Amino acid sequence: MKKELIELRVNGRGHELAAQPNALLLDVLRNDLGLTGSKCGCDDSSCGACTVQVDGVPMLACTMLATSYQGCEITTVEGIADGGGLAALQKAYGDFGGSQCGYCTPGFMMTVHGLLASNPEPTEPEIRDALSSNLCRCTGYAQMYEAIRAVIEAEREHRQKEAVAR
Amino acid sequence: MSEFSVIGKRIAMVDAAGKSTGAGKYADDFTVPGMLVGKILHSPYPHALIKRIDTSKARALEGVVAVVTGEDAPNQYGILPVGHDETALAVGKVRYVGDNVACVAAVSEEIAEQALELIEVEYEALPAYFDPEESMKAERDLIHEDRPNNLEKDYHHVFGDPEKGFAEADYVAEARYIANEVTHAAMEPHCTLASFEIDPHTGKQGRLTVWSSTQVPYYLQHKLSLVLELPMSQIRVIKPLVGGGFGGKSEIIPLEIIAAVTARAAKAPVKITYTREEVFWVHRGRPRTIIDLKTGVKNDGRITAVACKVIQDGGAYCSYGVVTILYSGALLGALYDIPNIRYDGFRVLTNKPACGAMRGHGTVNVRFAFESQLDETAAKLGLDPAEVRRVNLLKPPAVTVNGLRVLSYGLPGCVDQVITRSEWHERRGALPRGRGLGMACSHYVSGAANSIIRSDMPHSTVNIKIDRDGGVVVYTGASEIGQGSDTMTAQVVAEVLGCGLARIKVIAADTDLTPIDLGSYSSRVTFMAGNAALRAAQDVRKNIVSAAAQRMNCSPEDVLMAGDRVWKRGASILEQEESAASGHVDGQILRGSVLQKRKEESAKVQMSFEEAVVAAIDFHGGLTGTGSYAPPAEARGGKHKGAGVGPSPAYSYSAQVADVSVDEETGVVTVHKIWAAHDCGRALNPVAVEGQVIGSVWMGLGQALQEEMVWKDGLMMNPGMLEYRSPSSVESPDIECIIVESIDPEGPFGAKEAGEGSLAATIPAISNAIYDAVGIRLREIPFTPERVLAALRAKRGAKKIEMTEGVDPTEPATFREHGGSLWYRGRGPERHPEDPARAMTGGTR
Repeated sequence: MKKELIELRVNGRGHELAAQPNALLLDVLRNDLGLTGSKCGCDDSSCGACTVQVDGVPMLACTMLATSYQGCEITTVEGIADGGGLAALQKAYGDFGGSQCGYCTPGFMMTVHGLLASNPEPTEPEIRDALSSNLCRCTGYAQMYEAIRAVIEAEREHRQKEAVAR
Repeated sequence: MSEFSVIGKRIAMVDAAGKSTGAGKYADDFTVPGMLVGKILHSPYPHALIKRIDTSKARALEGVVAVVTGEDAPNQYGILPVGHDETALAVGKVRYVGDNVACVAAVSEEIAEQALELIEVEYEALPAYFDPEESMKAERDLIHEDRPNNLEKDYHHVFGDPEKGFAEADYVAEARYIANEVTHAAMEPHCTLASFEIDPHTGKQGRLTVWSSTQVPYYLQHKLSLVLELPMSQIRVIKPLVGGGFGGKSEIIPLEIIAAVTARAAKAPVKITYTREEVFWVHRGRPRTIIDLKTGVKNDGRITAVACKVIQDGGAYCSYGVVTILYSGALLGALYDIPNIRYDGFRVLTNKPACGAMRGHGTVNVRFAFESQLDETAAKLGLDPAEVRRVNLLKPPAVTVNGLRVLSYGLPGCVDQVITRSEWHERRGALPRGRGLGMACSHYVSGAANSIIRSDMPHSTVNIKIDRDGGVVVYTGASEIGQGSDTMTAQVVAEVLGCGLARIKVIAADTDLTPIDLGSYSSRVTFMAGNAALRAAQDVRKNIVSAAAQRMNCSPEDVLMAGDRVWKRGASILEQEESAASGHVDGQILRGSVLQKRKEESAKVQMSFEEAVVAAIDFHGGLTGTGSYAPPAEARGGKHKGAGVGPSPAYSYSAQVADVSVDEETGVVTVHKIWAAHDCGRALNPVAVEGQVIGSVWMGLGQALQEEMVWKDGLMMNPGMLEYRSPSSVESPDIECIIVESIDPEGPFGAKEAGEGSLAATIPAISNAIYDAVGIRLREIPFTPERVLAALRAKRGAKKIEMTEGVDPTEPATFREHGGSLWYRGRGPERHPEDPARAMTGGTR
C-alpha cells in the first residue's frame, strides 16, 4: 500500500510524515515518531497498554488508523509530565507501588489522567469503572487505588488552600 | 525506631520514574540501524511429520532478506540439562499447533507476513495426544521417540511409613482434584532483538548482542552458545526492562533463539516480537494437573500420612517439566509436620504447547487439593479449620521427613494475624446464607538450593565499584522484572555503606558487564543476590573503613558509617552542614588528598562519604568489592533420586482468609475480601512486599475463579487477553496484606521470598469459603458459574444439566479435552472444513 503524507499533532507539536492509509496510530507513534512510551500488549484493544488521549479522551491507539486523527490533539504518556518533572500522578504511582513491571503503566497514566481531568473527585466505583479499560498482571490494582486516592486528596487540599488564599 | 536507615523503609522503586513517564525501555522499544522484522511460521497441526518445505517463493519476494528453517540450526537445547528436546525451528516434525516451522526476515512486518503465506510446507499428519492419561498408554507415534509411553518423567517417593500412618488415622479423606491450565499472560509480549558485529580481525560475522525480554539472561547466553556454536564470550545478552515474567520468561523462549539464527542468516539485525496470540501459543505456563490425594488424620486433626499421585499434562516439550513434577511432591513437606508421605508424580507429554514454570512453580495445584482436603477433614471431625492447621505446625529448627531444612517459620504468626484481622471466630458461622469464610496456608522456596546445572559456582555474585566522585556503582546479574530486584540491591548496599540511595547506580543483567547470576525465578533474588550484594558491600566497606581509621587515628572497629558520613565512635558529630555539602565538593574529587592534608592538621573525628572514599582510593589504589552467595550444604536436601528439587535455604509462609459469597441462582462467586498474612523474613521495602503479596493473591484469584486455557483438538480457543479473562479492576477484590517478620538467620537482613508463596493459599481459601457459604466442595478449578451451578444441583440431587458430558465438579473423573469448560457443550465449535486437524480426528464435528 502506498504511503501518503499526513499531519499529526502529538503532545502539542505538529509532525508531517508519510504513512500507509492502514497504518495504526500506535505503530506511527512508536516507529515513526519514536514515542515508545505507548505499549502494545494485546494487538486488539483488550488491554489498554496503548491508551493515548485524543482531544482529552482516552482511546486505544492499537486499533486506530493514524490518518483518521489528523487535526486532533493527541497526547501520549510522554506529554503529561509536569514541566520536566513528574506529574503528581506519576510520582504517586512510584510512591505507592502502582507500577511493578511498568508495561501497563503508561496506559493507566493516560486513563487516570483523563478520568481526573473530567471528574476531579471520582467515587471508588467510578475509579474502578474507569480503570477497567486497562489490564495489569502484576499489582492486582490495589496499590494503584492508593496512589490515585492520594493524588485526589492532595489536589483537593490544594484547591482548598487556593480558595482560602483568595 | 528502626535500627536501619534504608532497609524496611517504604520507598519508590529506583526505576519508577522511567515506568510512569514512558522513558523506560523494554526490548521492543529498541531499534538498531538496518534492523529487519522477523516473523515465524507456525504449525497448523498438533502432530505431523514435515515431508517437504519449499521457501523459494518466499525468498523471491521483494523485501525478504532471509528465510530460515530447522536445518539452519539443528542443535537441540532446553532449559534443563535432562530435557534438551527443542530445536530453534522444527526438524522433521511438529508437535503442537503453533510449533515453529520457519522464520522470515524482511524489511517490514507486512512483507514478512506475505512471505509466510508463500512458504510451502507438506505435512503428514500423525495421531495426536491431548489427554495425559490417554497419552500415557501410547505405544506408537510417540511425541519424542526417546520417551516411551509419552512419559517425560515419573518419580515415586516414600518418606516415613505411609501405610502405618494411614492405619493409625482416625479418618482418611480421599478424592481426585483437577486444576485446569493457566498461563502467565504477562503484559509485555516476548521480544528479542539480535545483532551481530563484524569481527575486525577475521572480517567475518563476530560477536552477537541480544536484547531480550528474559528473566534468565545467563541461561539464554548459554543456550545461544549451544545452538549457534559460538563461544559464550562472543555472546552478549542484555536484559532491558521486562514487562512482567511470572515464569513465562524464565527459560529460553523459541523466539530468542530464532531471532539470533535469523539474524545470522540475514546478516543484519533482526527483531521478533510475538503477537499476543503467539504469547498464548508459546505458553510455558502451569500445566493441567490431576491430583489423587489421600490424607489421614487423628481425631484432633493431626496428620498421620499423605499419599499424593499427580499427573501433569506437560505439553510437547520437557521445558521445566521434570522440576515441576518434583516440586509438586517435595513441597508437600515444609509447611506442616507430616510424618509419612507417599508421592507418585507423572509428567506426561501431549501435543499441546509446552508447560513450564509459573508463579508458585509446581506447588499451586497440589496446595489447592491439599488445603481443600484438610478443610474437609476438619469439617468431618467437627474441628475449627484454623485449629487443624495449628496442631500440624512444624517445630523449627527442623528437617522434614523428605529432607527439607526449616529455620525461620512465621506460619503460626500468619495464622494468628488472619484470624484476628478477619474476625474469624466472631464472623464464621454468623454470616448470612450464601456467604462464607475460608482459610488456607501455603509456603514457597526462597530460591532453589541446587542450581539447574549442577556445579559449584556461586548462585549470585555482585561487584561494586566506587570512584572519587563518591558514586557507588553496583553490578549485578540479577534480573529486574518488576519485582524490585534493582531497588532491593540498591537498598542493601546503601544500608551497609551508610549512604543515601541517590549515590547508588545499579547496572543489572548485562552479560558483558555484570557477574553471573542464575536469574529471576523460584523467588531467589532477594535471598541470594541480596546476600551477594550484602557481602560485596561489606567487602568494599572494609577498605573504606581501614583508610578512614588511619585518617582518624582509631581502630577500624571504631569507624561508623551512616547518613553519608563516616565518623569515629564517640565523636560528637557536627551538624549536617559539612555532609550536606557533599554534592559540592567537586574540587575534592581529583585533589582530595591535597585538600584533606590541609584540613587534617588537627586530628580528624569525622569525614564526609566522599572524603572517606577518596582516602580509601588513595590508600588502596582503587575501591571495589565483590561478594557471592551459594546455599549452605545443610540446606541442599536429601540423597534420594529427585532430592535436588524442593530444598531451599529458607521458606516463606502465608496464611489467608477469604470472604466470599455465592449466588445460588447464577453460580457466580464474588470474593469480597482476602486477608493475606505473609512471612517474608524481613520486609526490606514494605511497599514492594505488599505489592508482591497482593499481586500473588490476585493472580491466585484469577486462577480460582476465571482464568483457563480452553483447548479443542489441540487448538487453543481463547488466545486473547479478554477471552482468557484476566481479572480487571471491577473483578478484583480488596486484598489486605499483613507482613509477618520471622527474621531468617541466613537471609540478607533476615529477608526471605515474597513474590510467589502467597498465590497457592488463595485458591483453597476461596474453595473453603465456598463450602462455608453454600456447602459444596468444588474439586476442579476454576470455579466458574457453570461448575458452581452443577455442584449445587448435584448437592440437591437434581439431574445434571446437559451442558457437557460427565461434568461433576465435585467428583471430576477425567480431563475433558476442551479443558472442562462448559461453554462448548462438550463438543467445541465447528472446525473449518479444510482444517487439517479435523480430518485427522474423524472430522464429523
